[in-house]
Amino acid sequence: MTTLPKVAPEKRLGLVIDLDVCVGCHACVVNCKEWNTGGYPAPLSDQSPYGAGASGTWLNRVHTFDVGDGSESRTVHFPKSCLHCEKAACVTVCPTGASYKRETDGIVLVDEDKCIGCGLCAWACPYGARELDAEVGVMKKCTLCIDRIYNDSLAEPDRVPACVATCPTSARHFGDLGNPESDVSKLVEERGGYDLMPESGYRPTNKYLPPRRRQDGAASGGRDALEPADPGGGFLGWLDKFLSV
Amino acid sequence: MLMLIGILGPAGETPQDAWFASVALGLSLALITGGLVASTFHLEHPERAWRAFSQWRSSWLSREGVSACATYPPAGAFGIIWIFFGTNNEIWIIFGVIAALGAAATVFCTSMIYRSLKTIDQWHNRYVVPVFLALALATGATCLNLVVRIFGAQGGWIDAIALVSLAVAGALKVQYWRFVDDNKGLSTPETATGLGTFGEVRLLDSPHTEDNYLMREMGFRIARKHGEKLRHLTLILGFVIPFCLIAFAVVGDGPLATISVLFAAISLGAGVLIERWLFFAEARHTVTLYYGYDGDGIP
Repeated sequence: MTTLPKVAPEKRLGLVIDLDVCVGCHACVVNCKEWNTGGYPAPLSDQSPYGAGASGTWLNRVHTFDVGDGSESRTVHFPKSCLHCEKAACVTVCPTGASYKRETDGIVLVDEDKCIGCGLCAWACPYGARELDAEVGVMKKCTLCIDRIYNDSLAEPDRVPACVATCPTSARHFGDLGNPESDVSKLVEERGGYDLMPESGYRPTNKYLPPRRRQDGAASGGRDALEPADPGGGFLGWLDKFLSV
Repeated sequence: MLMLIGILGPAGETPQDAWFASVALGLSLALITGGLVASTFHLEHPERAWRAFSQWRSSWLSREGVSACATYPPAGAFGIIWIFFGTNNEIWIIFGVIAALGAAATVFCTSMIYRSLKTIDQWHNRYVVPVFLALALATGATCLNLVVRIFGAQGGWIDAIALVSLAVAGALKVQYWRFVDDNKGLSTPETATGLGTFGEVRLLDSPHTEDNYLMREMGFRIARKHGEKLRHLTLILGFVIPFCLIAFAVVGDGPLATISVLFAAISLGAGVLIERWLFFAEARHTVTLYYGYDGDGIP
């Protein structure tokens, strides 16, 4: 059914991405591909992967932006995957019922056996979170690693999405954003987490944490980096004079 | 075209014989079927297309499919009664009106597929639906005009409808272009990333070195480069020439008028083709905000 759940899902599972911490290493992108090309949405095919014009299906991409000017300018690495919107337009436009939003946890999924590959959901998604797999001809998207987070055969700490598990800087957090007491909700509260394109009203579940403001003098630590080269007196002073002759 | 036949046939504004019914209805149903079959060509899995009838509760694409197919039975009954039982009964009129409504509903659903996409400012506006309906009427009236004249009849009401709908469609299209040129759009790279509080947001590094599905699908640039020229071509081929040729046919008479309408139809076909291509090419999707396609610096 491509109508959205009538009652809000009890859980709203999603990601919180810390733009202050992300270093743009693309490890999340690679591990996402690695896990999912063998998991629920498998395969994630590539076309001409080692030749000219390489192209492929990826569920997570990292853009890098240059933000602001002068001393306030900064480089921001910006990971982007499906935001599992509350008002998911990609779901309602689907003519076949392949796209759906789960009533239990709010995850947006594609039933690949029903997908006709018309591409309309990708046109309806404002964030570019859906990519049509050129090999199998169906739409692929982030599943929030449903085959990890509910996987009893994995150890408890591993039951998080692949992108979260692999992030070397812990810039990605996974949890229930519908529960105000969860760690991710508290993080959003504390750091002022926000929605992308709030003006469009899709009400994404995933939140982004803004880069922290720069503090004056933070980089230098308030002192000179090296000891002075002119010691003045004492033994070092004598040595300095002797060697300067 | 089916819309007009369904109404004007029973109104007695077209030839009433079975041959005219066969040709006019046959042509309109063939065009409709051709369009529907062509629309499955872009599907990756056309063998599953039947599933697209299931989600009419939420999806305009599904509604389009449902209303298009639901129009066939009344249109078929309308044609069969006309051809085999003549025009002297009420059921025939009822089926004609239902088929006309079905045809109009289908065009409306098609336009709503685009109108409903908030991701594209050039589609999500109040001009899209009227332009689709007016163009459907203009192309249908021109085609029907041609068939009517081939059967030796006068255009009559069909002339008037063709001229008025061409004028209205042309005016709406010009208004549409003015609107999309002035419309700044709801979203910017700053709102798309939420980083506007730190200043202007510019793409420094793309996530991938080669094109991906999104950029091939939504990052048109070539047609946009020639946008101005193509708009002029649309106006001339799609509206000015057909209008003049049909107006000439109204004043003129005989085979010359028929030939004039034939050229009007050909010109209109070419104009509408360009118009539809531009409609897609000028659409700018919000995903391009993440790829540095900001502002009017396109191409």
